Amino acid sequence: MNQIVPAGKRQSTELAAPETQDFVTMFIEGQLFGIPVLTVQDVLGPQKITRIPLAPREVAGSLNLRGRIVTAIDVRLRLGLKKRAEEKKGMSVVVDMGGELYSLMVDSVGEVLSLPAAKFERNPPTLDPHWREFSIGIYRLDDKLLVVLDVGKLLDFTRNE
Amino acid sequence: MDDLLSEFLTETSESLSTLDVALVNLEQNPNDPQILGNIFRLVHTIKGTCGFLGLPRLEHVAHAGENVLGKFRDGELEVTPAAVTLILQSIDRIKLILGHLEQNECEPEGSDEDLIAQLNAMAEGRAGGPPPPPPPPMPTFESVARQPEPEPVAAAAPPPPEPEPDDEPAPSASVPVPAAQPPAVAAPAAVVTGAPVEAKESAVAAQTIRVNVELLENLMTLVSELVLTRNQLLQMVRGKDDSEFATPLQRLSHITTDLQEGVMKTRMQPIGNAWAKLPRIVRDLSVEMNKKIDLQMLGADTELDRQVLELIKDPLTHMVRNSADHGLEPTEERKRIGKPEIGKVVLNAYHEGGHIIIEISDDGRGLNLDRIKQKAIQNGLATESELEALTPQQIYQFIFKAGFSTAEKVTSVSGRGVGMDVVRTNIEKIGGTVELKSVPGKGSSFVIKIPLTLAIVSALIVECASERFAIPQISVLELVRVTGNSEHGIEMINNAPVLRLRDRLLPLVSLKRLLLLAEDTEERQETFIVVTQVGTYTFGIIVDRVFDTEEIVVKPVAPILRHISMFSGNTILGDGSVIMILDPNGIAGVTGESGLLGNAQAAEAQVARESHADAKTSLLVFRAGGEDLKAVPLALVARLEEIDLQEIEHSHGKPMVQYRGHLMPLIAIDGVMNFRDEGRQPVLVFSDQDHTMGLVVDEIVDIVEDRLRVELSAGSPGIIGTAVIAGKATTIIDAGYYLPQAFGDWFGRNDKEFGNPDFHAPRILLVDDSPFFRNLLTPLLSVAGYEVISVESADRALLLRERGDEFDAIISDIEMPGMSGFEFAQAVRSDFRWSQIPMVALSSHATEKDFERGRQVGFNDYIAKFDRDALLSTLASTIAASKGAA
Repeated sequence: MNQIVPAGKRQSTELAAPETQDFVTMFIEGQLFGIPVLTVQDVLGPQKITRIPLAPREVAGSLNLRGRIVTAIDVRLRLGLKKRAEEKKGMSVVVDMGGELYSLMVDSVGEVLSLPAAKFERNPPTLDPHWREFSIGIYRLDDKLLVVLDVGKLLDFTRNE
Repeated sequence: MDDLLSEFLTETSESLSTLDVALVNLEQNPNDPQILGNIFRLVHTIKGTCGFLGLPRLEHVAHAGENVLGKFRDGELEVTPAAVTLILQSIDRIKLILGHLEQNECEPEGSDEDLIAQLNAMAEGRAGGPPPPPPPPMPTFESVARQPEPEPVAAAAPPPPEPEPDDEPAPSASVPVPAAQPPAVAAPAAVVTGAPVEAKESAVAAQTIRVNVELLENLMTLVSELVLTRNQLLQMVRGKDDSEFATPLQRLSHITTDLQEGVMKTRMQPIGNAWAKLPRIVRDLSVEMNKKIDLQMLGADTELDRQVLELIKDPLTHMVRNSADHGLEPTEERKRIGKPEIGKVVLNAYHEGGHIIIEISDDGRGLNLDRIKQKAIQNGLATESELEALTPQQIYQFIFKAGFSTAEKVTSVSGRGVGMDVVRTNIEKIGGTVELKSVPGKGSSFVIKIPLTLAIVSALIVECASERFAIPQISVLELVRVTGNSEHGIEMINNAPVLRLRDRLLPLVSLKRLLLLAEDTEERQETFIVVTQVGTYTFGIIVDRVFDTEEIVVKPVAPILRHISMFSGNTILGDGSVIMILDPNGIAGVTGESGLLGNAQAAEAQVARESHADAKTSLLVFRAGGEDLKAVPLALVARLEEIDLQEIEHSHGKPMVQYRGHLMPLIAIDGVMNFRDEGRQPVLVFSDQDHTMGLVVDEIVDIVEDRLRVELSAGSPGIIGTAVIAGKATTIIDAGYYLPQAFGDWFGRNDKEFGNPDFHAPRILLVDDSPFFRNLLTPLLSVAGYEVISVESADRALLLRERGDEFDAIISDIEMPGMSGFEFAQAVRSDFRWSQIPMVALSSHATEKDFERGRQVGFNDYIAKFDRDALLSTLASTIAASKGAA
C-alpha cells in the first residue's frame, strides 16, 4: 500500500513542466484564439443548422455530424461580439465535452501551433471581464497575441445569467 | 433447464467472478466502504435469488456470509485476512454448489454446517482463535456417492468463457455440442442421466452470445449513416427513370431498411422480460411471509431499450419485493382494519411523452413516517429540527439514502438497508427519476420515469414558421385541417384560441407563440391542428403544415438545453437534418394545465356526459288509451312501426304479430286492446337483446328533447309520473312495467315503494353495458328518490373511484364486456375506498350458484334484472343497513 504515490503530486509535477503545448488556432474578428489540439474532434465548413427555439441566444442550433447530434455555439455571441454578417461563411471546431459534442462557430480556423510554456502569461487585469471569464491566459507570439479559450467555461451555461 | 435457473446461473457466475476480485481488493483496502458495500450487495443479491429459487443450501451459506459482511460494513468486525479467507471459502462453496446445480438442476446433498458454523462464529466475534482449518475443497462431492469423480480433462477445462447464455432458454443439456469439445464428451444418454462434468461447457455456451452494447451502438450509428447515404442516392436517381442504377439502388434500399430494423430490434425488448421472474418471487414471498399477495402486471409489452431494461431489472425486483414485504400488512392485520385479505401489488408500464413510466404501487400500510424520522436522526442524516421543517413527502425520500431500512427485523427477504439506494442509483444512472408517494393506510407508489434515450418512436413531423418539429405519434389523437371556409374556424376568447370540435371546445396552443418563433404576417389559407392528449387532458397544437410520420430514434438534447421543457429530445431524420422532438407533456405543463389537473377536469367532463341527472333526454310523445299526452324516453324505443291490423294474430288470447321472423307480443297501455277497426296501428317496439315487445298506441305526437324531471309521481302501475315536457303536462310511461307483461318469465308486480323521505337523495352508481337498462333504471331510480349516476362499464366506474366520488350503493350488471360484474365487485372490494359501499348485482341469470358467487366476490345482494320491486326494496334496505352500521 505504501508504494502508492499520491496521485495528485505526480500529476502536478508533470503539468508544471510541459515543454510545449499544441493549439488549434482560430480567428474571430481578427483576434487569434487557441484551444488545446487534443480536445478538438473535427473542423467543419459551413453546415446546415437546425435552430432550437427557446435556447440561449448563443446556441445557434444543432447539426448532424456523421449520425451524431452536435450543438452549435456561436462563439462571437458568447464573447459579447456582434453576429457574423450573413454573407460571410464561418467555420466550426467540434469539441467533446462530457461525452457531448459541441461545435464552436468561429470566423475561420488556422493552423496548429506548438507553443512553448515560456511564452504563456496570465490574463492581463485590464482584459474585459467577460473575456477574462472564458480566457485561460495569453501566449505571446511574434506578431500577435493568442487567447487560450477555456472550453469548459465557454460551454457552461449554468454559471452566467 | 428451467429458464429461471439458467438465468440465475449466468448472473451468479458473473457476480461471483466480480466478487473474487472485489474481495481481494477489500483485503488490501479494508476500510473502503464502497468496495465493502459492493460486495455486500452482490452476496445479498445471490442470497435473495436463491431463496426464491428454492435453493436452501446456497441460501444458508450466502446468508451466513452476508452476516459477516454486514458486521464488516457496520464496523463491528475488522477485516482480517482470516476473515476474508473464510468469505472466499464460502464463495468457493457457492461455486461448487452452483456447478452441481448446472449439471443436475438440483443442489448437491450434504451439509455446510462446518462452514456456516465458522461464519457464525466470525460474525459473533469468536474468531480470535486459530485460523479455521482449511476444509477439504470439495467435501460435498465426496458425499454425493453417485457423482463420478471429475475427470482430469474436465478439471483442466478452462472456466466458462465470457459469452454466456442470454435470456433465451438455454438449449437443453441433451443437445450434444459438436466439435470444440474434447472427445471425452459422453453420449447424449449419459448427459441426461449422469451429467458428466463436460456438460458444464455445453450448457453455458448456448446459442446466444453476449454482445457489448457499445458495439451495437456503433452499428446503429453506422446504419444511420448508411440510411442517409441511401437517401441521398435515391434523391439523385429520382426523376431519371431509365437510370441503370435504379434497380440495384432499390435493392440496396430494401437491404438498408431491413438492416436498420434488424439493428434496432437487437436493442428493443418488452419490459415483460424483466418481469418474468416477479410472479415467482412474489409467490414464494407470499408463502414465506404467509401473506396473500396479488401481483398485477400491466403494459408488459411496452418496449424498452435492452440496456435500460438490464439496468432497471434489479431495481424493479427490489421494489416489488419491498412492496410485498414491507408495504403490505400481514393478512391478520389487513383483516382487522377491514382491508381485503389479499394485498395488491401493481406494476404498470407505459410510454408517456418521450418517457417510459413504470409504476409500482401497493395497497399496504404506506411508509411509516415516524420510523423514517427516527432512522434519519439515528443515522445522522438529519436533525430533529431539520425534519420539522420538511413535509411528510420530503421525509419519505430518506428511504433512498444508503444504509436505510426501517424493517423492524432483518428477514431473509429484506431489511438490511440495501435496496432503495441501489434502486435510485441504478435509475439515475440511466438518466431516470424515481418518485415516491405514500399515504398512510392506503399504500405507497413508486413512479419510475426513464427517458426513452434510445427507444424508437413513431413521430409526426410538422412545420411551423419554416421550422420542422416532431411530435410523438403516441400522444397524437387526430389532425384537423382548418381553412378559411371550413365550418368552424379558430375562435378567440380574449386571445386564447379555441376550436369547436364535435360539440366540444378544444383549447389550442399556438406553437409559434409558444416557441417564440417569428410570427409571419401573411394570413394563411389553411392551418393544421394536432389534437394531442396528455393523460386525459386533450388540447390542440396549431401548426402550419403537417408532413409524414417517421420512425425516429430519440436522442437526448445537449445538457445546456435540458432546461427547455418543451422538448423531450432531438433526432436525425431520414434526410439527415436534425429536428427537435416536442414534448406534449411539457407543452401541457407550460400552457397552464398540469397533467393532474387535466385528468380531473377531463374525467369530470366525461362524467357530466355520462350522468343523466340533469341532461336533456329525447322523449317520444304519444297518445294511447286517452287524450292526455304520454311520453317515454326515446332511447328505450327500438323502432316505431305501423302494423297492419290484418296481421295481428292471437295465441292464448293474447295479440301478437310476426315481426322480423319472430313473434312479437302486443301490449296495450291500459290493458284493454283498443285496436282500430281497420287500417294500420302505430306500435312502439321495445327491444332488448332477444326480447321484443310492441306497445300499441293510438297516435304518435312528437319527439321532443327536454329535461326529464318527474314532478308528480303517480300511484298507478305502469306510470313513472308526470313531467312538464315541451310546456305540457305529460305522463311518463314506465316501459319497464310493460316489458314483463309481454313475457311470462319477467316479474310483473306493481307494489312500488317510491321515494322514502328519510333519505336525502342517496347517490347510486349504476353500471350496465346495456343502454336500454341504463335508460330504464335511471328514471325509475330517480323517481324513487335516488340520485343516479350511470356508466357503461366497470372501468368507467373505477375511474369515478379514482376521482374520489362517493356513493351510497352500487348496482352492477354481471355480464358486461371487459370487466365482468364479478371482477368489478372484486376490484371494488379490494380497495378500501369503496369497500363499504353496498353492492347489488343485477343479472338475467339468477341461479343459486350465481347468488353464491356474487356473495363471495362481495355483492350484498343479487337481483334478477326485471325484478324492479325487489331492486327498490333491496336498495332501500341495504342502504338503511349500511347507514345504520356506519
